[in-house]
Amino acid sequence: MDWFPLLNSLRIAFLSTIFIFFLGILAAYYIAKLPRVMKGVLDVVLTLPLVLPPTVIGFFLLKFIGPMGPLGSFWLMLTGNKLVMVWYAGVFATVVVTFPLMYRTVRGSFEAFDQTLWYAGQTLGRSNTWIFWRVMMPNCKDGLLAGTVLSFARALGEYGATSMVCGYTAGRTATISTTVYQLYREGNDELCYIWVAINIAISFVVMVAVNLLEKRRASGQKKDARRRQHAT
Amino acid sequence: MPLEVSLKKKTGDFLLDVEFVAEKEIVALLGASGCGKSMTLKCIAGIETPDEGRIVLDGEVLFDSKERKNLSPQKRRVGYLFQQYALFPNMTVEQNIAAGAGKKQRGRVREMIRKMHLEGLEDHRPSELSGGQQQRTALARILVNEPKLLLLDEPFSALDSYLKWQVEFGIADILKEFSGETVFVSHSRDEVYRLCDSVCILTQGKSEGKYRVKELFDNPQTKSACMISGCKYFSNVKKTGEYSVYAQEWNVELTLSKPVEDTVSSIGVRAHFIELTDVPGENTILCRVMRVVEDVFSIVVMFLPEGGREQIRVEMQKETWNNWKDKTLWCLKIPQESIMLLKE
Repeated sequence: MDWFPLLNSLRIAFLSTIFIFFLGILAAYYIAKLPRVMKGVLDVVLTLPLVLPPTVIGFFLLKFIGPMGPLGSFWLMLTGNKLVMVWYAGVFATVVVTFPLMYRTVRGSFEAFDQTLWYAGQTLGRSNTWIFWRVMMPNCKDGLLAGTVLSFARALGEYGATSMVCGYTAGRTATISTTVYQLYREGNDELCYIWVAINIAISFVVMVAVNLLEKRRASGQKKDARRRQHAT
Repeated sequence: MPLEVSLKKKTGDFLLDVEFVAEKEIVALLGASGCGKSMTLKCIAGIETPDEGRIVLDGEVLFDSKERKNLSPQKRRVGYLFQQYALFPNMTVEQNIAAGAGKKQRGRVREMIRKMHLEGLEDHRPSELSGGQQQRTALARILVNEPKLLLLDEPFSALDSYLKWQVEFGIADILKEFSGETVFVSHSRDEVYRLCDSVCILTQGKSEGKYRVKELFDNPQTKSACMISGCKYFSNVKKTGEYSVYAQEWNVELTLSKPVEDTVSSIGVRAHFIELTDVPGENTILCRVMRVVEDVFSIVVMFLPEGGREQIRVEMQKETWNNWKDKTLWCLKIPQESIMLLKE
């Protein structure tokens, strides 16, 4: 059996998760500080990919990174290669599709972050960078982790936008999800089942991980409350 | 190291307008919750920016709207004890204290731990500490940085009542030892009386000058100051003579021991000065009993002055009331010296 689709899916998902980790945190951090109207508008725009059909995203992406698009033509001129119909085009697709998941989860945990901790750091003479990395990030880590895992899972399962920008070339751009569709069209049910099973197994593991994280966060809070009660 | 504060800030419909000076003393900002006390502290610390005004600490301008100067909170050297202490939950006691220490003060972390009686708790997280220990950690974290000014925001509000006394003694010792200014925010006049030298009253965002603490309780000038000093009984008055006023709510003319200025608009009387008597005479109010409520150790009687509008609540021993309850005439006597003349 050819394991390429699994490998390809994993590398696309890993790469896009790395990008999305930083992008999501940066966006959540800076957008939270904007004036209310700007925040509202940007919030809608950035969350749009969550509800748009992936094909619409794929369409826009093709217009942007396709050989005629601004980034695509620049890349073509620079390297002589196209940015579409190659495996790494999938990274663009998954970054756009998973961005809202990371952004929303991180923003939620930033909003839950106790602002007085930030003020305390400032009055103690600590730089904003120090406070961000040493206080805010550690105290939001469960949210960051949950957002990352969710984005990774979503990236692994992305089909619509990926298939539009990567197409399907066995051994070159095939991912798990595009392979399932391809095998179904060929009527190869037997192999199709195997890939479906792999897909379900991965998703299952990820969801268990997310749930455990959530649980740990909840029980951590409860334990803190209990300890405090006990201590006073 | 004097602290001069003068600031205005508008948030929605609320206007904060505070002015006070602190010089070698502990100044209390006293006021009901929501009157702008915490906002004032935040402006001094640089966390919030006033719309206009000037804040000077120890000769250094921290904020001046005219000079467009606004020092970052990091550069102000102000120690801020937050209501819930704001300890970093992800750090141990020792790391929290070290977070407050600059490069020069690294060596003082151990010393602060000893001084604040936190030995043995160095590796504990804030969530594993009692309220008192959390507060000591927060104080250590602030003091290790050698601030010029201490801002204490309701330091006892997060503690259980039986812990408060012990912690208050601790704070009192620290404040005595601290060489800079201290601004102490509280809504409790008792705390303020015990811990502070002078007091600045905030009513709905507006400050009303500064009193020495003793002065506020003995001789408040305005009705709001009198109210916050714990006085319960007020009546609007009209001047009827050099030494007399007519109290509208109680329908009685009162004689005073000092001359009445024209600006006096109301009077205040503290509950414990009101005497019960059955002899009508000078400064006595003829009353009807409206209601009697039995409390655990005392009796509360609501009196309504004849022809008056407002009831007066008098708390007394149970035996006292037993001796009085069968009388046919009840009068409340207000001693001359106990009447406080108040302006708006």
